[in-house]
Amino acid sequence: MDFLNAIIVLFNFTVIPALAYGSQLALGAIFVTLIYAVLRFANFATGDMMSFGTMFAVILTYYFQSLGFGLGFLPTALLTIPFAILMMILYMLIIDKFVFSYYRIKKSPPVQFAMVSVGVMFVTQALIRIIIGPSDRRFLDGEKFIIKATEFKEMTGLAEGITLKSTQAITIIVTLVVVSIMFWFLNRTKTGTSMRAYSDNEDLALLSGIDPKRVVLITWVIAGILATIGGVLYGLDKSYRPFVYFNNMLPIFAAAIVGGIGNPYGAFFGGYVIAFAEILLTYSYKKFVAYLLPSSLEPNSLMQLLSTDYKFVVSFSILVIVLLIRPSGIFKGKTI
Amino acid sequence: MRNYENVIYAYIIMLLLIICVGLFQSWSIALTILNYCLISAVMTIGANIQWGYAGLINFGIMGYTALGGLAVVLVSVDPVKKAWQVGGLNILGSIWIIVAIVFITRFILKRFEKSLIRNYSIAFLIIAGVILIRVTATPGIEAIESVDPAVSGFLGGMGLPVLMSWIIGALLAGALAFIVGKIALGLRADYLAIATLLIAEIIVSIIKHEEWLARGVKNVIGLKRPAPYEVELQKTQWFRDFIEKIYSNKLELINTIAQKKIVLNQLIIDASSIFVKLCFTSLFLSVVIILLIVTQKALYSPWGRKMRAIRDNEEAASAMGKNIVKEHLFIFILGSAIVGLAGAMMVTNDGLFTPGSYRPMRYTFVIWVMVIVGGTGNNFGAILGGFVVWFLWVEAAPISLFLIDLFTAHLPETNMIRSHLVESAPYFRFLLIGIGLLLIMRYRPQGIIPEKIIKQ
Repeated sequence: MDFLNAIIVLFNFTVIPALAYGSQLALGAIFVTLIYAVLRFANFATGDMMSFGTMFAVILTYYFQSLGFGLGFLPTALLTIPFAILMMILYMLIIDKFVFSYYRIKKSPPVQFAMVSVGVMFVTQALIRIIIGPSDRRFLDGEKFIIKATEFKEMTGLAEGITLKSTQAITIIVTLVVVSIMFWFLNRTKTGTSMRAYSDNEDLALLSGIDPKRVVLITWVIAGILATIGGVLYGLDKSYRPFVYFNNMLPIFAAAIVGGIGNPYGAFFGGYVIAFAEILLTYSYKKFVAYLLPSSLEPNSLMQLLSTDYKFVVSFSILVIVLLIRPSGIFKGKTI
Repeated sequence: MRNYENVIYAYIIMLLLIICVGLFQSWSIALTILNYCLISAVMTIGANIQWGYAGLINFGIMGYTALGGLAVVLVSVDPVKKAWQVGGLNILGSIWIIVAIVFITRFILKRFEKSLIRNYSIAFLIIAGVILIRVTATPGIEAIESVDPAVSGFLGGMGLPVLMSWIIGALLAGALAFIVGKIALGLRADYLAIATLLIAEIIVSIIKHEEWLARGVKNVIGLKRPAPYEVELQKTQWFRDFIEKIYSNKLELINTIAQKKIVLNQLIIDASSIFVKLCFTSLFLSVVIILLIVTQKALYSPWGRKMRAIRDNEEAASAMGKNIVKEHLFIFILGSAIVGLAGAMMVTNDGLFTPGSYRPMRYTFVIWVMVIVGGTGNNFGAILGGFVVWFLWVEAAPISLFLIDLFTAHLPETNMIRSHLVESAPYFRFLLIGIGLLLIMRYRPQGIIPEKIIKQ
């Protein structure tokens, strides 16, 4: 019984949150990696673009709520995602037309692209703060929990309970659906194949009649979908705050590079690696160990490797280690 | 002289802008802006050495700035004796453990062939070390943090004069740059950017959360100053006489003695703050001028030519027998040390150390915008960039407020759009800086004052 309790403690406090957080990171990381593979630059505006898409979802959620629309037990935000995606794609295409396309045609070095994306980051951040302001917003409605700890305890008769928030379940399910559709698209459709061809060898792809404008357009469309969904899911799970989104860019980068940048599978995997590492290394194992060991050996300390303040540090250290030992990432990405 | 005409015009315009602020807002604000412009100029000199001379992209400026600031606390604050007594040994012990881990790891790396066992043993060593450090340090840290937590709760510094910390700050930042450079300099440009950005985040979060070191987010206030304090200055006789003499015309117009005294007191209070700021300005200005002379000499020396050769064509320079890895590392350390110096100057100017305020937006990206806007590879350009961008950064809010008022003048005060825009006026600075950067990158990628190659 104690063993079962220990497992449930671990499951409740590490596995479920890590899966949800990892899904959010994975979506962002695939966004980064896709831009890197096809458009060939590190996009420093990643976090703010996700925030921009989420902003529309938040505003539309408030609007729908005022009209009385809703999805019952599901959050209203899910209803607004398609509209938010449309706005996001529109914004990305405008940015691409007026900013990035010039450097793409000139074949500028990646550093210049990175600097330009910093400019885009500033502009996006300003627009977000001007439109919605920097404050913290919660836009979750509907049912909050799927399984409550007390219900679980009553059901199973165990001392520990499992809490499953609806946002966590939605995050994991939506991520799996979106990512599998995207992988199917990249691998099985003609457009997806042409995108991969363009990413592998631009000149050869052009020779075989692939239209670069179309590839770039499709890339931004997919990027818009990923960025918005990832952003909204994160916002539902925690809360929407522009500054936090900018900070999230850093673990997302770490996830993309750890998985092997330019490789969508790697990015997907990298998201979970980073999330699990962050949560497992900063989790206090006291309760878990207490169940496993006899009561005489119960630990006094928190049994925590690092304090939770160092959550981000864990992911960045993993990134540094990966860069040192295996610069191409876990799955082989583009060479550095 | 013709060559420098544009430069001189650009600087005169900048100076006039600051004087305008002095005339229309207040001289105190103008001097604050000027001081920050000078600090930004030191930072841009550092970033420009890395990016302009050698083409190394360093997005970790925030980390070095924070480390420079930390140096001010560690050097100038008086040591907290009680904290050393209760927990000093534990902290010293942990530092020794860290040193031991580093040396054993190096030993293993050198002594044994590359193998899986070697990797695992290093990983085991580090994890065991972390656990050991936690065991040794935790009681010490708890003891230190419980010593007078409201005002100290940290180990304090060495109690040396504050100007010493500028040098120590530069050295600390240089030492960090050595480690970072060893790790990251082999990476391709945009990976280097990401890696340095993340390492800077690690540094800042350590400074933020290790409260025994510098109080973390609880901030250290009331740091020493290289300039006199306003309150003491107001009591000094020669200063009072001096102010009375300057304003003698104005004072003569006032009839009653009592009123004269009140007016004089107010004047002295205003003048003392300006005098202190002028002291800082002269200190900072001398640092900027010294750095400018040195870097300018270096740029046109054989060493500068070598750096440019490496920047423009690594393969060719390598074929000519230049050690690129070594030169890159050296210039990375040099640039970071200058940024560390700037960080120390900034904390000295503020008189307080607030680790929570170190954010990549303000301390990395804005500095980069300064370098790009001013002109990469040209020190005069980089300094001008620091001035222009900092000026815009500070004055963007008043300017945008003015523009919003102008364009929404026909709307009533209670209009929703108007009040919303007025509320969000501070954020127009991001918009201004971003659009400015994009325009410069597009239409004048070499910056306001482009790099000049003098044929010798």
